[in-house]
Amino acid sequence: MKDEVTREERVDALGGMGCKRKRVEDARFTQGKGNYVDDLKLDGMLFGDFVRSPYAHARVKSVDSSAAMEVPGVLAVLTAADLEPLGLHWMPTLAGDKMMVLADGKVLYQGQEVAFVVATDRYAAADGIESVEVEYEELPVLVDPFEALQSDVVLREDLLGADGGTPDGAHGPRNHPNHIFTWEAGDKDATEQVIGAADVVAEEMVYYHRTHPCPLETCGCVASMDKVNGKLTLWGTFQAPHAIRTVVSLISGIEEHNIRVISPDIGGGFGNKVGAYPGYVCSVVASIVTGKPVKWIEDRMDNLMTTAFARDYWMQGKIAATKEGKITGLWCHTTADHGGFDACADPTKFPAGFMNICTGSYDIPTAYLAVDGVYTNKAPGGVAYRCSFRVTEAAYFIERMIEVLAIELGMDAAELRRINFIKAEQFPYQSALGWEYDSGDYHTAWGKAMAAVGYDDLRAEQAQRVADFKAGKTRKLLGIGLCHFTEIVGAGPVKNCDILGLGMFDSCEIRIHPTGSAIARLGTISQGQGHATTFAQILATEIGLPADSITIEEGDTDTAPYGLGTYGSRSTPVAGAATAMAGRKIRAKAQMIAAYLLEVHDGDVEFDVDRFVVKGAPERFKTMKEIAFASYNQAIPGLEPGLEAVSYYDPPNMTYPFGAYVCVMEIDVDTGEHEIRQFYALDDCGTRINPMIIEGQVHGGLTEALAIAMGQEIAYDEMGNVKTATLMDFFLPTAVETPHYTTDHTVTPSPHHPIGAKGVGESPNVGGVPAFSNAVHDAFRAFGLRQSHMPHDHWRIWKIANELGLHG
Amino acid sequence: MSNKMHIKLTVNGAEEEFLAEPRELLIYTLRERLGITGPHIGCETSHCGACTVNLNGKTIKSCTMFVAQANGAEVTTIEGMGGPDALHPLQEAFKEHHGLQCGYCTPGMITRAAKLLEENPSPTEEEVRFGMAGNLCRCTGYQNIVKAIMAAAADMSSSKEAAQ
Amino acid sequence: MIPAAFEYHRPADLAGAIALLTEHGDDARVMAGGHSLIPMMKLRMAEVPHLIDLQDVTSLGGISVQGGQVRIGAMATQAELIDHAGLSNAAPILREAALQIADPQVRYMGTIGGNVANGDPGNDMPGLMQCLDASFELEGPGGARAVKARDFYEAAYMTEREDDEVLTAVSFAATSGGYAYEKQKRKIGDYATAAAAVLLTKEGGACASASVAMTNLSDVPVWSEAAGAALVGTAVDAAAIKASVAAMLGDIDPTEDNRGPVAFKRHVAGVILGRAIARAWSRA
Repeated sequence: MKDEVTREERVDALGGMGCKRKRVEDARFTQGKGNYVDDLKLDGMLFGDFVRSPYAHARVKSVDSSAAMEVPGVLAVLTAADLEPLGLHWMPTLAGDKMMVLADGKVLYQGQEVAFVVATDRYAAADGIESVEVEYEELPVLVDPFEALQSDVVLREDLLGADGGTPDGAHGPRNHPNHIFTWEAGDKDATEQVIGAADVVAEEMVYYHRTHPCPLETCGCVASMDKVNGKLTLWGTFQAPHAIRTVVSLISGIEEHNIRVISPDIGGGFGNKVGAYPGYVCSVVASIVTGKPVKWIEDRMDNLMTTAFARDYWMQGKIAATKEGKITGLWCHTTADHGGFDACADPTKFPAGFMNICTGSYDIPTAYLAVDGVYTNKAPGGVAYRCSFRVTEAAYFIERMIEVLAIELGMDAAELRRINFIKAEQFPYQSALGWEYDSGDYHTAWGKAMAAVGYDDLRAEQAQRVADFKAGKTRKLLGIGLCHFTEIVGAGPVKNCDILGLGMFDSCEIRIHPTGSAIARLGTISQGQGHATTFAQILATEIGLPADSITIEEGDTDTAPYGLGTYGSRSTPVAGAATAMAGRKIRAKAQMIAAYLLEVHDGDVEFDVDRFVVKGAPERFKTMKEIAFASYNQAIPGLEPGLEAVSYYDPPNMTYPFGAYVCVMEIDVDTGEHEIRQFYALDDCGTRINPMIIEGQVHGGLTEALAIAMGQEIAYDEMGNVKTATLMDFFLPTAVETPHYTTDHTVTPSPHHPIGAKGVGESPNVGGVPAFSNAVHDAFRAFGLRQSHMPHDHWRIWKIANELGLHG
Repeated sequence: MSNKMHIKLTVNGAEEEFLAEPRELLIYTLRERLGITGPHIGCETSHCGACTVNLNGKTIKSCTMFVAQANGAEVTTIEGMGGPDALHPLQEAFKEHHGLQCGYCTPGMITRAAKLLEENPSPTEEEVRFGMAGNLCRCTGYQNIVKAIMAAAADMSSSKEAAQ
Repeated sequence: MIPAAFEYHRPADLAGAIALLTEHGDDARVMAGGHSLIPMMKLRMAEVPHLIDLQDVTSLGGISVQGGQVRIGAMATQAELIDHAGLSNAAPILREAALQIADPQVRYMGTIGGNVANGDPGNDMPGLMQCLDASFELEGPGGARAVKARDFYEAAYMTEREDDEVLTAVSFAATSGGYAYEKQKRKIGDYATAAAAVLLTKEGGACASASVAMTNLSDVPVWSEAAGAALVGTAVDAAAIKASVAAMLGDIDPTEDNRGPVAFKRHVAGVILGRAIARAWSRA
């Protein structure tokens, strides 16, 4: 057969890595044929919903459900007393703590679940909730973590020792009943010595406020206990379906093989859907009790008030440098507000996540970090909102400290970064706080970014603007927000990363069908990232079958191999690697089949795009399609029939994506309004699988960063009432508030990842927040501003100007 | 209190009749009673637009309308805009320009965008952003949504010209 | 967010609506577009045993501009205000303000009557109606009466309208001269942090008349007679604007909320009014 198709055309026909493949998911979504959990309707399905506490801290004296039981359609009202005999009134958290499923004697935050009303539909459930009478006795409220550590008010009486003392917690000694843990990294003494002896030290408190991932779809589930077969099926908004299955098994006692967890389409996650919530447990119990499927779907207020806050880190920092600006040491003490229960979603050994990436992109020889976790009367959570564990906090901290140091030194902040970057030749780089950065070329990225935005011209324009402002010619200032971030994603190596004892590997299983198409299943679950598109691209390149002939399936624990799910930008670094490795196993067997078919030794054939060719004789080849068929119809000596592979990939290291962002912002000194004139984002995520999807991820992450930096917060009043529980007050930008972004890239592959990819979904949030915030700060630098806390909404920007005396 | 009333709706061309409590919200009527699950529930306070449908020629937020109010109305949802054999140009454009990620806001977005282009067939980017400001998206940052709508506008007006 | 059950009424005419209000008293509420009331009902912050939907009362619709008088039926939507060419000529400030209310979908539903009648200090139209010196037409079992917008608002959600009355229309004289509705808000869909409505006329280089009203800066919309008076007879220069702002600040009484503390709101109110005056003057 004459091969009339060029090699380039064969590559294009695969739709493999590097091409802007259109998404296969979109046909369904654009026609309204997505399949989200609330779309599910089962015969006889009931609806459950919560009675929630109006108080942030109170004793629950009694729960009277008699009136509720009279409401037509109400079938059951579950309380902690009902769950206690099953041992389900409390449940373990991902952070080694335990939390109430339903209020057991007291409530610790506003919105906490008190009783679960099960009814024929959501209207009857809502009416039932109104009729449950709960008697509360209010207790003193602690919303300030610093105050909590001094207070006599004990939030978690359940954790007191028999002697009234404070026994160790899951992460070691606790020094106060409201203290959760102290976690340290680096060398304290050496760092304090360096700081004591330094030419220049900049010190600042950097607060990263409490916010919330707020995906457009809230959390929910449908639990269906089939009492005949003893099998529980649980559909839900789970970013980690396998981990949920294990958790449900451990707490319910149902054997894991009798539990099937299914994550259908997920309407955005951003970390909100990693945890296990009381709604899941109560739905399962209600289904067991009633014998019917039970649906629970949060409303938006429930979502914002209870499931999964993010951030709330008070980061006290000191950064030391020579007078020329070479950084010599970094010290950080963080007070972490975890709310009423420690339900942070971090790998077990990292109660403060990867906060110890806070040396950032800089070659800092000496550093020390301590984090104290604290209980307060706020909702639990502490999830990684579109970032790897606490990496956004870390990036914000160091990128603010760099700016403050630049002020202290009287230096340009871009130049200060440049002279302190880890150099390309220093990789792999061992950081002072314990990480081995895999690869990077920060100077190249920074140089490209500075050139792209015309940095020097911007500074000149800014200087002129300051002069004009002082001369009374304008009331607008210009801020140039810089950020060079380094992330740590792709958790992670099983040797140091686990959740509930489950190693953080991930998996891929591939079956090649006789006619040369395939299905691959993974332990991850897409929430909009486009896995069905991109993982097929990885495989197309690895196994030489067109991406369009490869189905990707995720989210069903009965069929997918075990994996730890999708969060912390781990899908590409871990499951993407598993996919490539499984593909290579397919290819290895295919090579043997091809050699047999071509009647040569295995070593005499080589892979070429979509086929194996005889070395030196390109006209002699077998396509992967032919090989697939042969695997099913030929008896090949020494080989089993079929063409399948599975890989469980334990990454040898994390990956370290990085980027250089510049935000140019106009600020109205009188109203506090801002306008983003330009935003340039250069990302280096290693090998690029699908540039279209990468760009989309960057746009989305930057917009979430914009929201966080410029207005989004979960705010409490002193009584512990949530002040921002609807989308009127919780800031999600519309298309009008969102600027146009310019994206760019460099490519520095990860040396340890099979395809060199690093992950990108979270970079723009990690890098974006400091860029926006630094722009605000930078606008006021000429007038003496050092530090002002986010979110930079109108009144807080106005307050900066006001305190600097700019309102005359 | 059970005070069901007789409701008639035309949804995507099909006549529907049923008894419902007046307080039933139109979004639940569509999703739970009629199985039309394209429109979604996002905020429940008329801020996010995930529940957007076309009602008597206006795009409205169906989480903030009682079924009793909609009695007698003609409703078009994403399901009524184009199917596998004949996609609406906006559906094509959203696919082509990566105007969606998780897909949750997409039905509301496309439904709203169709009305916007009906009122303003060749909008500027600024007009698109303003005209779409009742629909929130958490994934895309809007840039590719705007691009998709502009592209669909161009596509629709060129096919209209071709038809003339 | 599920509302409590209610009886639904959809009267065919105004008499039917008034009869229902008379019958059910406090237990009944009329509803136009529902975008203020329905969220409150869903949050169970408003209890409405009898909901009276006015959508079939066609006599409440329509916009007329005749002989220098503008009359807008209560059920006219924000979208209709925006699209009505005659209205845009007769009172362009109305279109400018309506475009700054909520978002496109909400503007198809939200009506001028609903916006002015419920007494929410966050709504934009009440302030604008002060500025226009509009009259509200009310009709109840005792017949029809008119109340000046400037006399209508008593406190947050408390108005001159009796429980058994329906606000049927707003009317005002067509405007001439310069106008501006300036609104600072956190995002599309938000209420004003501060908003200012300004109408003024110019004769021989001086301001001949001026009307100034502010939104969401007190528990009622604020018409600042003094702020307008401070402009009249001046060339609307910096000193006049400053005097007008100072006068306005004497009339507002903002409270702290998520949009910011009182000092900020007072400052922004001044800035916004200054801008509104300048823009109105540039159009005069």
